Amino acid sequence: MGKLEGKVAFITGAARGQGRSHAVRLAQEGADIIAVDLCSQIDTVPYPMATAEDLQQTVKEVEALDRRIVASEADVRSLPALQQAVRDGVAQLGRLDIVLANAGIAPMGAEEDPSVSWQDVIDVNLTGVWNTVRATETVLVEQGQGGAIVLTSSTAGLKGIGGDSGGGQGYTAAKHGVVGLMRSFANTLAPHRIRVNTIHPTGVNTPMVVNEFMQTWLAEDPTIAGAMTNLLPVEMIEAVDISNAIVFLVSDDGRYVTGVTLPVDAGFTAK
Amino acid sequence: MGMLEGKVAFVTGAARGQGRSHAIRLAQEGADIIAVDLCSQIGTVPYPMATPEDLQQTVKEVEALDRRIVATQADVRDTAALTAAVDEGVAQLGRLDVVAANAGIASYAAIEDISDEMWDDMIATNLSGVFKTVRAAVPHLKANDGGGSIVLTSSTAGIMGMAHLSHYVAAKHGVVGLMKVFAIELAPHMIRVNSVHPTTVNTDMVQNQGTYDLFRPDLAPGTATRDDAGDAFLTLNLLPIKWVEPVDISNAVVFLASDMARYVTGVQLPVDAGSVVK
Ligand SMILES: NC(=O)c1ccc[n+]([C@@H]2O[C@H](COP(=O)([O-])OP(=O)(O)OC[C@H]3O[C@@H](n4cnc5c(N)ncnc54)[C@H](O)[C@@H]3O)[C@@H](O)[C@H]2O)c1
Ligand SMILES: NC(=O)c1ccc[n+]([C@@H]2O[C@H](COP(=O)([O-])OP(=O)(O)OC[C@H]3O[C@@H](n4cnc5c(N)ncnc54)[C@H](O)[C@@H]3O)[C@@H](O)[C@H]2O)c1
Repeated sequence: MGKLEGKVAFITGAARGQGRSHAVRLAQEGADIIAVDLCSQIDTVPYPMATAEDLQQTVKEVEALDRRIVASEADVRSLPALQQAVRDGVAQLGRLDIVLANAGIAPMGAEEDPSVSWQDVIDVNLTGVWNTVRATETVLVEQGQGGAIVLTSSTAGLKGIGGDSGGGQGYTAAKHGVVGLMRSFANTLAPHRIRVNTIHPTGVNTPMVVNEFMQTWLAEDPTIAGAMTNLLPVEMIEAVDISNAIVFLVSDDGRYVTGVTLPVDAGFTAK
Repeated sequence: MGMLEGKVAFVTGAARGQGRSHAIRLAQEGADIIAVDLCSQIGTVPYPMATPEDLQQTVKEVEALDRRIVATQADVRDTAALTAAVDEGVAQLGRLDVVAANAGIASYAAIEDISDEMWDDMIATNLSGVFKTVRAAVPHLKANDGGGSIVLTSSTAGIMGMAHLSHYVAAKHGVVGLMKVFAIELAPHMIRVNSVHPTTVNTDMVQNQGTYDLFRPDLAPGTATRDDAGDAFLTLNLLPIKWVEPVDISNAVVFLASDMARYVTGVQLPVDAGSVVK
């Protein structure tokens, strides 16, 4: 018997990486999934973003677990697109219990115009998270049975890492901003028994960091690479480690946990 | 299949309350248990502490789960007693993987009314006791190839200030300092160290007249009821609840102790119904 039988989870950025892992782990615990992803490129992002085939792969893996999934292409920068995806998903799956604001980009390093990189990362990583909660909170409130929201921040949401590019500074600012959103939503949604927490991963083995561009960027600037080492002797952690923390937070195991910044970072922020 | 099959956990203050709940939840996940508790009174503690019968009850409940338990009356202020208890437990159960430093006391007074004795008892149990617990356990944890997990019980009082609790707040903040140092020092051995920060928990530490009176200074001393105090506890939390149950803290301990959290270290984890962000 899974920890999330009968629940429905809405996940952004679900085509690959951590988002796909969350969809699969939550489905293993019995949840049905509403999945969205942009499935196309943003110009300032120096590594390939997810594709429509990636999102199809997530669908396959969730269905292989005998869970239902409603997947669509939607941009977290568009509130109406998210609202539409949530409406369709809830219409088909019957309810909503869990929200994971996971979609994100990392446009660090080489950039033509720092202002554009800054704006893109703020739009996706901060405004996109705000939109994700706004598109779902009324559904949770009207349903009247509580709920759990997890916002994916980063160690860069707790520390001043990310380098000195516009995209890097925007990333750090957006991820810190996500903590502010979490704390205010935790307050406003608590009367409805809706819990809101953030997770703060250190480097995770996903295409966001395991790509040619990012590895070159890290290799070229030893100060950044040096600042990126973990306290535990592990170089990178796996997407499932973030998913496991999320399972704790959104299940009854974490039924009274709200307003918490939870690092899953091999001690990165405790150094 | 439990999340802690084949593991051994050392739990202090295991006779009742959260400690007993930790022992049971860890055993449900497959762990064997080394349990210690003082099982007698400390002079400045204004409510009855645990008894040898309480510790026996923990033993019964763990054994009912078909797990082994080595239980000893020992004082976390007493290095020799703690070391003997852990060493004996490891001798019988074969290893040590998890430590839950949970034993603690509470008492309440305004700054000028905190006696030297109250201060010393508090620091000795809630701060030095945590250090001594971990110090006694570390050699056994280091002997493991796979590392281990240490969970220190702090409190929301380890994150924020609270009136009439100078000594308790100082000790619980001190526990966070210990957690941070332990996390750094033990990371090369893959030993993870985190603290949990409960809001009010439904145990004998708070379910007593002294605590009810403290939280309802508006009522005549000795008259506040469980419900009266509950109304005050409610205002501490963001979620509309009076208190959490011991099992809610145990579930966080299980998460931190298990492979679910294999890369979580150096973290303060509130289980506090939103009390610190309120
Ligand atoms: N990988 C790491 O080291 C790491 C560390 C800390 C935090 N994070 C954060 O974790 C989250 C997940 O990242 P990941 O590691 O899985 O990377 P990833 O690039 O594999 O996945 C991110 C997903 O989000 C999608 N996405 C991006 N912009 C979108 C938009 N506007 N609308 C909808 N979907 C969009 C992408 O298409 C992609 O599928 C991100 O918020 C990231 O910032 C990652
Ligand atoms: N109950 C709460 O509201 C609350 C809130 C936050 C934190 N805490 C902390 O949780 C922990 C567990 O408390 P509880 O709520 O289960 O209370 P409790 O009084 O039921 O249990 C505490 C146990 O610790 C034992 N103990 C005390 N001093 C000891 C010593 N010197 N040596 C060995 N054992 C000793 C007691 O005998 C008792 O069995 C404590 O550290 C407490 O400070 C409690």
